[in-house]
Amino acid sequence: MSLPKVFISRKIPEKARTLIASLCDAVLWNKDEPPLREEYLQKVKGINGLFCLLTDKIDAELLDAAGPDLKVVSTMSVGYDHIDVKECAKRNILVGYTPGILTKATAELTVALLLATSRRLKEGMQAVENGKWGTWKPMWMCGQGLDEATVGIVGMGRIGHTVAHCLKPFGVAKFLYSGRTQKPEAEAELNAEFVDLDQLLSQSDFVIACCALTPQTAGMFNASAFQKMKKTAVFVNSSRGNIVNQEDLLVALESGEIGAAGLDVTVPEPLPTDSPLLKLSNCVVLPHIGSATFDTREAMAVLAAQNLIAGLKGEKLPCQIHS
Amino acid sequence: MASSRLPKVFAVKAIPPAGLARLRQHCQVTVNEKKGWPTREDLLQGVRGMDALFVFPFVKIDREVLDVAGPQLKIVATHSVGLEHIDLELCKERGIKVSYTPDVLTTATAELAVSLVLATARRLDECFCAVKEGVWGTCWENSLWLLGKQISGSVVGIVGLGRIGLAIAKRLAAFEVSKIVYTGRTPRPESAAAVGAEFVSFDELCKQSDFVVASCSVNESNKNLFNREAFKKMKPTSIFVNVARGVIVDQEALYEALASGEIGAAGLDVTNPEPLPPSDPLLTLPNCLIVPHIGSLTDTTRKIMCDLVVDNILAGVEGRPIISPAF
Repeated sequence: MSLPKVFISRKIPEKARTLIASLCDAVLWNKDEPPLREEYLQKVKGINGLFCLLTDKIDAELLDAAGPDLKVVSTMSVGYDHIDVKECAKRNILVGYTPGILTKATAELTVALLLATSRRLKEGMQAVENGKWGTWKPMWMCGQGLDEATVGIVGMGRIGHTVAHCLKPFGVAKFLYSGRTQKPEAEAELNAEFVDLDQLLSQSDFVIACCALTPQTAGMFNASAFQKMKKTAVFVNSSRGNIVNQEDLLVALESGEIGAAGLDVTVPEPLPTDSPLLKLSNCVVLPHIGSATFDTREAMAVLAAQNLIAGLKGEKLPCQIHS
Repeated sequence: MASSRLPKVFAVKAIPPAGLARLRQHCQVTVNEKKGWPTREDLLQGVRGMDALFVFPFVKIDREVLDVAGPQLKIVATHSVGLEHIDLELCKERGIKVSYTPDVLTTATAELAVSLVLATARRLDECFCAVKEGVWGTCWENSLWLLGKQISGSVVGIVGLGRIGLAIAKRLAAFEVSKIVYTGRTPRPESAAAVGAEFVSFDELCKQSDFVVASCSVNESNKNLFNREAFKKMKPTSIFVNVARGVIVDQEALYEALASGEIGAAGLDVTNPEPLPPSDPLLTLPNCLIVPHIGSLTDTTRKIMCDLVVDNILAGVEGRPIISPAF
């Protein structure tokens, strides 16, 4: 019996690659740049299993190119809007994904981003590099402290709760949160108060967006929201770029409507290098690295590998998407 | 107090306007308005005949300065918790009071230390470059791009579990680190118990830690504590963060360790000298992140520190007990 044929569409952590290679005839795309669409369609011809990332479009065209032997599509991500799950179901193709694993890494990055913004690390680093350090004025480079601050978490899910848990020992005076439902566990642990969004916006020194992107949350951070925030407020977004109206954010930052913003997610991604957001000293942009730690990516890759292998054997996937 | 003249105060650098205004209500204040640090001549000229000095770190208050100031000098008030720039013994001998600003800058400095730990762990300086230079977009979809270190599950080593060290440990503990170790001249059982930290030798701390954070006070025994041998003992993936003073690091050895991969990365709020010249080789390294001594720089902390210095000066010149004596 020949080994199942698998295409792995990007470089992945070694542990996962070895796991797959030990059981499959695996072809791995070994370059830093992603494959072009034509190259991708070539590579999937006749495969039994596909290991993909969230930037690969898995649609009818690709499934046709792969052919009838494709049994399982395994994505190394928690989002799966890049996969036509209905089309896969029609063809009896199992689909696996990787929920839950990236909570800690993303929460840590959110805190890193918050502190980089509130303590003006980017400006500080630039001042050192371009010789401005030394032209010292008394209130130079003063940032905003978490001590005695009110922190508002928009979306107290796993990530929001972990972020708040990490911020607690910084002397935060009060945690507020908003969302569709109350979270009694988080409330108890953090002594957090469930409020409506308007109240959160008007009272918080730090507004942290940790909510999922849904039709209800798309564009929620717009001119009206920024107007409600304090002029010294620090806004942090590590969820999805689309929950922010970026033009409105730009205006709010330029005019001093809010104090500063830290973004790990934008529209589009990547943000073009001439984006006006990048010219602002009070806007910190990171290239969507929320889950980018060795441990987390390895765990995601291993789970995706396990999903793949189970699918090839016709077994239940550890984490399966049902359409 | 026999004299009816206003007490004379010299501030070695510009001070926040609110603090200056308050001092001027009770004293005759001269300020070194020149950019950056005062020259030795400016300093000696400025201190002559003063009752009080409003000083900052790195401006040496030594025998010569005290001699030139004159016997009427009552108090040296530093805007810092560090005291290594002041000849404390001599001040004690001459009955000159010395005040400093402990406690009030602890949370701001600990917060900045943790900011540096996170910024270096997640390679934020490389991220800023990638965004600015358009590298983001050519290889970000690669699942191995810009991978950083997680704080959760790591071993944190605090060198100097004083007020700031303990505050740092408390903050990092919330990230669910696997272990906190600390070192210093003597164990601090009360502080250690608050965060479950284990007292170890400096060598052991270097060997065990994924994050080495220096928050110790400076004295003769710990200059160049972080030298070639220390960096050799650290893990090749380790991250070194310094919020204490630049002099505890052999900067050349640090450069070598970072460039050769002997340690993973460094985040520095303090250097030797300060400011660090833009031509310094440390600034050429992608794994060395340097910020300009902003540890205590939050709006509220700055204000509180300045108020405390002013209050100490007013107490000192008016013959009242000072609020935060250094001895």
